[in-house]
Amino acid sequence: MRLRLVPQETNIDFFRHARLTFGASVVAMVLSVVVWLSMGLNFGIDFLGGTTIRTESAAPVDVAAYRDALAALDLGDVSITEVFDPTFGPEQNVAMIRIQAQAGQESVSPETVFAVQDALRGVYPGMTFPSVESVGPKVSGELIQTALIAVLASLGAILVYIWLRFEWQFSVGAVAALIHDIVLTVGLFALLQIRFDLATIAALLTIVGYSINDTVVIFDRLRENLIKYKTRPLQDVMNLSANETLSRTLMTSGTTLLALLALLVLGGDVIRGFVFAIFWGVIVGTYSSIFVAKNIVLMIGVKRDWSKPDAKAGTQFSNIDA
Amino acid sequence: MLQIPLWNRLTIIAVVLAGIAFAMPNLFYDRVERHNDAIATIERTGAITDALRAERALWPDVLPSTLVNLGLDLRGGAHLLAEVQVGDVYEARMDALWPELRDALRDLRDTVGTIRRQDAPPGELHVRISEPAGMAAAVEAARRLATPVISLTGVGAPTLDVRGDNDLLIVTLSEAERQATDDRTMQQSVEIVRRRVDEAGTREPTIQRQGADRILIQVPGIGSAQELKDLIGTTARLTFHPVVSRTRDGEAAVDARQILLPSMDEDGVFYVLEQTPVVTGDDLVDSQPAFDQQTGQPAVTFRFNPAGARAFGDYTAANVGAPFAIVLDSEVISAPTIRQAITGGSGQITGNFTVESSTELAVLLRAGALPAEMVFLEERTIGPELGADSIAAGEIAALVAFGAVLVFMVLSYGLFGVFASLALILNVGLIFGVLSVIGATLTLPGIAGIVLTIGMAVDANVLVFERIREELKTAKGPARAIEQGYARALSAIVDANFTTFIIAIILFALGSGPVRGFSITLGIGIVTSVFTAIYVTRLLIVTWFDRARPKTIEV
Repeated sequence: MRLRLVPQETNIDFFRHARLTFGASVVAMVLSVVVWLSMGLNFGIDFLGGTTIRTESAAPVDVAAYRDALAALDLGDVSITEVFDPTFGPEQNVAMIRIQAQAGQESVSPETVFAVQDALRGVYPGMTFPSVESVGPKVSGELIQTALIAVLASLGAILVYIWLRFEWQFSVGAVAALIHDIVLTVGLFALLQIRFDLATIAALLTIVGYSINDTVVIFDRLRENLIKYKTRPLQDVMNLSANETLSRTLMTSGTTLLALLALLVLGGDVIRGFVFAIFWGVIVGTYSSIFVAKNIVLMIGVKRDWSKPDAKAGTQFSNIDA
Repeated sequence: MLQIPLWNRLTIIAVVLAGIAFAMPNLFYDRVERHNDAIATIERTGAITDALRAERALWPDVLPSTLVNLGLDLRGGAHLLAEVQVGDVYEARMDALWPELRDALRDLRDTVGTIRRQDAPPGELHVRISEPAGMAAAVEAARRLATPVISLTGVGAPTLDVRGDNDLLIVTLSEAERQATDDRTMQQSVEIVRRRVDEAGTREPTIQRQGADRILIQVPGIGSAQELKDLIGTTARLTFHPVVSRTRDGEAAVDARQILLPSMDEDGVFYVLEQTPVVTGDDLVDSQPAFDQQTGQPAVTFRFNPAGARAFGDYTAANVGAPFAIVLDSEVISAPTIRQAITGGSGQITGNFTVESSTELAVLLRAGALPAEMVFLEERTIGPELGADSIAAGEIAALVAFGAVLVFMVLSYGLFGVFASLALILNVGLIFGVLSVIGATLTLPGIAGIVLTIGMAVDANVLVFERIREELKTAKGPARAIEQGYARALSAIVDANFTTFIIAIILFALGSGPVRGFSITLGIGIVTSVFTAIYVTRLLIVTWFDRARPKTIEV
């Protein structure tokens, strides 16, 4: 007996609750933006500048004691968080200390770092510092800019590619779904105050890549079915296409989530934020390719007769392997 | 019927075998690394010992021995992003121009009168002439000193901008020359940083120019960013200046074209020096740590090239009895008195050295001075234990992910799931093979990229298998269903993977460090997973189908 995530034949009407699902997406996006603007993102030093020091000691982490030890140094805003991870041994008590960028310095001076290390060693003699990272304000500003360019460039590239391969309506739908995924992910990061750094941007772009993958598979089938069923209503053809690919959509999401789950639990705390973002993104990405991308295409409407070559929109590319 | 041409089969098999062969050394990382180190040592020193021979024998010479480089976050080490203060060089250029300009203007004494160099903003040369009427001639003379800029873009533009303002002659580098100079400064800086890091003998450092004025330096295995900064951050500019006077007043007023510098080992002692050096470290050809023959103290010897030796010889011959200062990075190391003309072109610096500091200074002098100062914009230190922990965690996660996906695939697709699983194993092998061959660096997010690829690599197979299932429903017979399944799923596979590939390219182009590592494994993973899904599983399925000839198949 084979494992089946969905029955052999499905005939789900994905548009039955279209108002509900689409409305929910819109509400979730609005909420994400509100949370984002009101709570702000917990930017890492990549974007804010400053220094993070990872500490490790045999004694349990006492945040208040750490704070007291550092109070005398007058470093401005210092945040101390304890790090938990199932892969740590009993003698591994890890904390992350973040120090804001010091005025007038391009990167935190070694004296500051040494002073912090000495102060902490004064309280916990055996403490080690497995990583120390400093980013100057000049670089962090540029990193934000590069990150924004990266996200916009990838959206633009996808817009153009889908347009060339399909129709402009499809590319609008696909990019809308991607923006949906990005906004929801950023919203979740704001809500949970997970550190937002360069790796998070990489995660966002991976989500974009994954989600577009899912969307394109459904679109591909939709294109095929539109050629096959020239007179059926667009909504029916969309439902048919989504049902036909549903098994694949869930299989792929399932295997990817399975792999990510292993990484999330066992991969260590250094990349947990990164993996968490992708994990969440795969879930919203799957949702958006079924419930968002098609709805947008349905709203705009799409050309039905695919048999004649279209002079516009570069469709000479769209039939290369049809 | 299902047919794959022979040459096609052979190509697929050859690619897979090559991938496995190149991936294999990574399974024996430590052994192969020691083998490679032994070979490098043998080549460098030319000598072979039994110990080295034993190390070398850890891995057969005939097998591929390229390894995936481990990134800093996995191996531990230091990362620095330095900004080179390219403007520093303009000032040195102006200083170098002054004697030439002085001689040229002196030849025109009748028209321009007496000349005097004035203090000026950095990068400008100001000369006051006593006869403003002769300014046109002075400008003309200064312009003759300019040569055409030699660069890829600005051939022909003069190197100097010269203008006269009443009795003040102002000379600066032209825009084109500034660009050409910046470019040279960067090339020199990168080269000198590379030499210094190489002298320290660390493994596989990355030294890259980034943008207009930055250098990225990554050195695995070094203890901290501070150690690295000590090594490369020192300018190590050695100069010899005539001494005007010695003082204990750190605020002492000095004349124009004179400088006040502190002594390195005598607290509170300052020297007033002529600003223009007699000779600089640029004229050094060699430097070695040594011991002073009289006192037995550590010292550093140096040797000048002929031009430096002549300048130094002329100066010392003319100034016997006067003190001169040896200055390193704006500190006076020592200020001995010239007892006799030093014509041999070599000498010795004594000061408050230890054996380590004299060795370090000799290294720095040999590697050459940095043409300009560097400011560090970003520095990261990752301890080796943290890297080892990350590798261990990543390995476990990857194995669990792998196992889970395999079980899931076999449960879902039966025999076809087994084929897909085999392809998946080959896929990971191919990823490592490609990473090794292109000398890419594996980072922690890179491992995440591989794990993600494991999840996504089955996608292409799933697309095909689902399609075969559908084709089976229309009952055309198993062979036809398999063929159609592959053919019809292709467009979806290509589109889906191509878009992800675009993302990987963008990440590669814009990212740095870990993000770039992620984009590399993601990009390679996409290519290999499409290859294994389309070609390898197909070959497996077709071979099986030819042998078994089943009447019906279940996917």
